Amino acid sequence: MADVISYREAVAEGIAREMRRDSTVVCLGEDIGAAEGVFKTTVGLFKEFGPQRIWDTPISEQAIVGAAMGAAMTGMRPVAEIMFSDFLACCWDYLANEIPKARYMTGGQVTVPLVIRTANGGGLGFGAQHSQAVENWALTVPGLKIAAPSTPADVIGLMASAIRSDDPVVFFEHKALLAGSGARPPDDHVVELGKATVAREGTDITVVGLASTVPVALKAAEQLAGEAISVEVIDLRCLVPLDMRTVLSSVERTSHLLVVEENPYQGGWGGTVVSVVADEGFEMLDAPIKRVAGACVPLPFADALEAEVIPTVDKVTEAVRRLSAY
Amino acid sequence: MTPDELLDAYEEMALIRRTEKAAHDLFMAGFVKGTTHLAAGHEAVAVGASAALRPDDYVFATYRGHHHAMARGATPEECLAELMSKATGLCQAKGGSMHLTKASTGMLGSYAIVGAHLPMAAGAAWSAKLRGSGQVAVAFFGDGATNIGAFHEALNLAAVWRLPALFVCENNLYMEYTPIADVTAVPNPAADRAGGYNIPGEVIDGNDVTVVHEAVARAAERARKGDGPTLIEAQTYRHFGHSRSDPAKYRPAEEVERWLKHDPLDVARARLEAAGVPPETIAERDRRVAQVVEAAVAAAKNAPEPDRELAFTDVWADGSATWRT
Repeated sequence: MADVISYREAVAEGIAREMRRDSTVVCLGEDIGAAEGVFKTTVGLFKEFGPQRIWDTPISEQAIVGAAMGAAMTGMRPVAEIMFSDFLACCWDYLANEIPKARYMTGGQVTVPLVIRTANGGGLGFGAQHSQAVENWALTVPGLKIAAPSTPADVIGLMASAIRSDDPVVFFEHKALLAGSGARPPDDHVVELGKATVAREGTDITVVGLASTVPVALKAAEQLAGEAISVEVIDLRCLVPLDMRTVLSSVERTSHLLVVEENPYQGGWGGTVVSVVADEGFEMLDAPIKRVAGACVPLPFADALEAEVIPTVDKVTEAVRRLSAY
Repeated sequence: MTPDELLDAYEEMALIRRTEKAAHDLFMAGFVKGTTHLAAGHEAVAVGASAALRPDDYVFATYRGHHHAMARGATPEECLAELMSKATGLCQAKGGSMHLTKASTGMLGSYAIVGAHLPMAAGAAWSAKLRGSGQVAVAFFGDGATNIGAFHEALNLAAVWRLPALFVCENNLYMEYTPIADVTAVPNPAADRAGGYNIPGEVIDGNDVTVVHEAVARAAERARKGDGPTLIEAQTYRHFGHSRSDPAKYRPAEEVERWLKHDPLDVARARLEAAGVPPETIAERDRRVAQVVEAAVAAAKNAPEPDRELAFTDVWADGSATWRT
């Protein structure tokens, strides 16, 4: 059906739309060309744009991201793929020390308009080195923008903004969402970076999610509606810029906040959201703030063990019920 | 190089030498905080290479990069003001000694994580290739960088993509305080690795500005023709220690003496005299350099402090540092 697109297809579609409108957009990464990506998120790009704009690389994460940086400083808009987000650790110097600091430490002399795309998170049973949700890694470094869409339309809209941005953007594509589908957005669809959306309106409790935890929260909200608990679900869509205005205005109405995040509780992005609400929204609250987050262990392999460690619908409904009864 | 070109190169090297000496003295006098990694002794690499490049070519350097910034057009005053945390500094006093950058002339930065800028130079060369601009990108790095992964990833990528990149190692025999020979499996830490990437590698006298000029000109021509990258290992020697706190006592006196006798300024002066340039002409350039650096020191000392609000500018391309609504 032409009006439906999968999350996986939306990644390639989002990139293709930008490549058609801007000849400086080029892609590089492992197996992204003729092989069309290990997650099939670059299907059709090599065929449409050819080897002059879609570049297969060796398994060299530092060279991929470092070369993207050099190209971005000199007139191109590279889109670099790091196959699994776990591998960001292999090129962490560029995300921690080089890309986010180049503009600042040169007194504004250079810009680094690049996108680093990466498949993030659990749910596919890849074990401890291929299943982590690591969006919080990027959040530790001032100077990186961070997008993590939960729907195909947002993949396309945020990809447009990320590629057009003159700032570096780390773009997390969630592995557990790749097979899902949604409405195909119109050709000129753009979602501004740093604008959260209310994925479901409610009056009793605000649940803030990102990427994979948005559908988890929505399912929980559906169940809880049957128990007469009205849950508002906010999809942050980006961690930087972080749309705290939308979160605070929701909490102002519900007086209850639950954050659902897949990255570990220890150092997870929810801690930042919560600290702002505690600081600026304390008097709005009628109950403690809760976080359902990844457990502070490496991701285990077996499905049953993985479910113990990452947020699930049951964990969210349980947390909401407790908050609601506070 | 013609005698006139060589005379200009001599003057540029003398300017760098004198600025580095001034930086050292200002540091010792408490005008420069943090650290400095002085390039006195390395001048011929920067000046010889720069003279062989087009004005629109790209240069990436390391934390020991004052000479590269100046060789690509940064003034002694801009550099010293940056070291002295002044508003008129090259990077508005937000970078410091290790991050001198002059993007307007293609000097795209000095990077203080060893080896990190080699992939960036490969990327700038990739960009030049994609745009068909005919530009080349040059990464200058120390011998210590040849044992870090980014060096190897960059060389391989540049080779397989046939990028117009030049990788120029300034081998000053020591990675920080340790002899590079003690920690490297091959005698020539950079050039001997070229074979592994199927690219040309050569060892040259990095203290002879004409030799550097010729080698870089050859490599740049090769790159512009589409024949890919070249690895050049320029042998040189620091006149100071690794950084400001290092008296470099680990270097044998005999070795230091031998290298100081092969000073790039002396080598260039001898070549100028052999070419018939009168000593008075050279002395005239020396006097001019002394005046420029003296004026630069005075101007940098008198320059204002940076405005406090600069701490919160230029995280993002819109000039702001806003991270949330």
